[in-house]
Amino acid sequence: MSVLLQASGLCQQYTTGKTLFKHPTVVRAVDSIDLEIREGEIAGIVGESGSGKSTLGRMLLGIEPPYRGELTWRGAPMPAPGTPEWRRLRREMQLIFQDPLAALDRRMTIADQIGEPLEIHGLVPREAIRNRVSELMGKVGLRPDQAGRYPHELSGGQRQRVVIARALAMAPKFLVCDEPVSALDVSIQAQVVNLLYDLKLEEGLTMVFISHDLKVVRNLCDRVVVMYLGRIVEEGPADEIFANPRHPYTQALVSSVPSAGRGHAKRILLQGEPPNPASRPSGCAFHPRCHLADAACKAEAPALIRDSHRLAACLKLRAAPNQDQVREIHA
Amino acid sequence: MTSVEATLESSAKRSLLSRLRLNLPFLIWVSLLWLIAMLLVAVFADQMRPYAITKMDLSARMAAPGTPGHLLGTDDLGRDVLSRLMQSIRVSLVIAFGATLLSAVVGTGLGFLAAQFRGWVEGAVMALADFQAALPFLIMSLAVLAFFGNSMVLLVCLMGFYGWERYARIARGLAISASAQGYAGAVVQLGATPARVYLRHILPNVASTLIVSMTLTFPEIILMESGLSFLGLGVQPPQSSLGNMVGFGREYLTQAPWIMLAPSFVIVMTTLSISLLGDWLRDRLDPTLR
Repeated sequence: MSVLLQASGLCQQYTTGKTLFKHPTVVRAVDSIDLEIREGEIAGIVGESGSGKSTLGRMLLGIEPPYRGELTWRGAPMPAPGTPEWRRLRREMQLIFQDPLAALDRRMTIADQIGEPLEIHGLVPREAIRNRVSELMGKVGLRPDQAGRYPHELSGGQRQRVVIARALAMAPKFLVCDEPVSALDVSIQAQVVNLLYDLKLEEGLTMVFISHDLKVVRNLCDRVVVMYLGRIVEEGPADEIFANPRHPYTQALVSSVPSAGRGHAKRILLQGEPPNPASRPSGCAFHPRCHLADAACKAEAPALIRDSHRLAACLKLRAAPNQDQVREIHA
Repeated sequence: MTSVEATLESSAKRSLLSRLRLNLPFLIWVSLLWLIAMLLVAVFADQMRPYAITKMDLSARMAAPGTPGHLLGTDDLGRDVLSRLMQSIRVSLVIAFGATLLSAVVGTGLGFLAAQFRGWVEGAVMALADFQAALPFLIMSLAVLAFFGNSMVLLVCLMGFYGWERYARIARGLAISASAQGYAGAVVQLGATPARVYLRHILPNVASTLIVSMTLTFPEIILMESGLSFLGLGVQPPQSSLGNMVGFGREYLTQAPWIMLAPSFVIVMTTLSISLLGDWLRDRLDPTLR
């Protein structure tokens, strides 16, 4: 599989709280991310709120220029947002939003909105846009009679289908789905996730699926990237990560997924809130909440270490690369 | 294909018509008719008025309304009030419409520029808006008119500066909130150019707010022009405007109240109609409020 998108050393920071009497604080939302997205895969990015998932997603699409670091799309550097090259590249990569109602123009019918990218890029002659729109609507499971509806007249799931149809209009290669199902109720979530999966199979789409819902990620993704406070703490194939998480944070996340027939006995409960990114803990950022942490964790920041095809950043893993030993330590 | 298109087009037209459905509330009918009448008067003033506006008949000074030949009476120089009123409606409407459009276009444009470029452009636009809001407009108008003399064009341009800062603030705020999270950001992400984002998406979405703001500015401009004319700096005699008629008629309020009441009635009715109509239009044009 060829590499579609490559990020190296991607950083994003925001300056907040700058007033006349106060020094501005710099918040590092995304910190030195190295990531490869390979053609045809679905990569999941998981993590708590504020871990920088969405920022990373927007940066992967080139919507936000990185503060530092490089991003290449098919080997060529990502153009700056707003430039004609950047706009042309939108045919190939699209974003699916968390809140479909906010992402749709409430004064345009959904057919007009689905056809809009075709109009913008002039890909299809004007007369053919109608046909393409009804084809797209069929593909995402919207009825033809809904074409003249306005977004507020549809249900949440239907709106998300409109957003997906609009993103698919240009037949993109790469989709970033930023929590596409978290605003939907559970029965609709499954429909939308299945739709995305079918699209991957039919169109050979490459996707980055950002979510805090591990069940969904487990069902959908080939590979999982776990983020904590702007950094990757673990990365690997989805089955292996869920079957055998190595980083204590991943272990806590995985154990928090409820499953039938299993009580709460083995759950690892994380203590406290995720720390404020503006005042990052010393050493390993996870140490204040980690049940394995010791003095070394406070002092030294762990690097992301490769072990066969998996990556993890934890000092304990270096001491005990064998997963069973880590299990014993916290057992 | 053409037949499909034709039906689509006709259905689009039908939806616009049905949105502006003709089962108007009574008040809207009245306002609409009044405004149409005012527009007709403004356009055909030359043909409709019975006398020239400077035609004096000193033997029939301050004739009461209903006097044969003078439907609304005459003023202190024996000029026909009806004829002068028609000319005043033309002058005042030109100033008020011209200035309202000018300030809406300038203000909205500057607001969108501020939202698009942020940084120093935004700082400059907002500083100008604050400056405009803090400046007593009447005093600025007095200074400008005193320096440059006055002409119709200058008066329209000057009035066009009135209230632009409101449009600028509204347009900027709404555009920023639309692009941060919402539909405008989504359209940018589809690869649309800024012109498309602002004209096709943001403008229709903020139009209702801007229309309401225009209906507020329109009467204010009529009153402002009346005020300036009243002070002798607006429209100069023998030309006449609504405000200038009120100003001169004031002296004869006790002997010949019709000189002042006729233009006052027109001012009140026109501003009221515009407000009612603007409010109604805003509700009608919003698909989520149907």
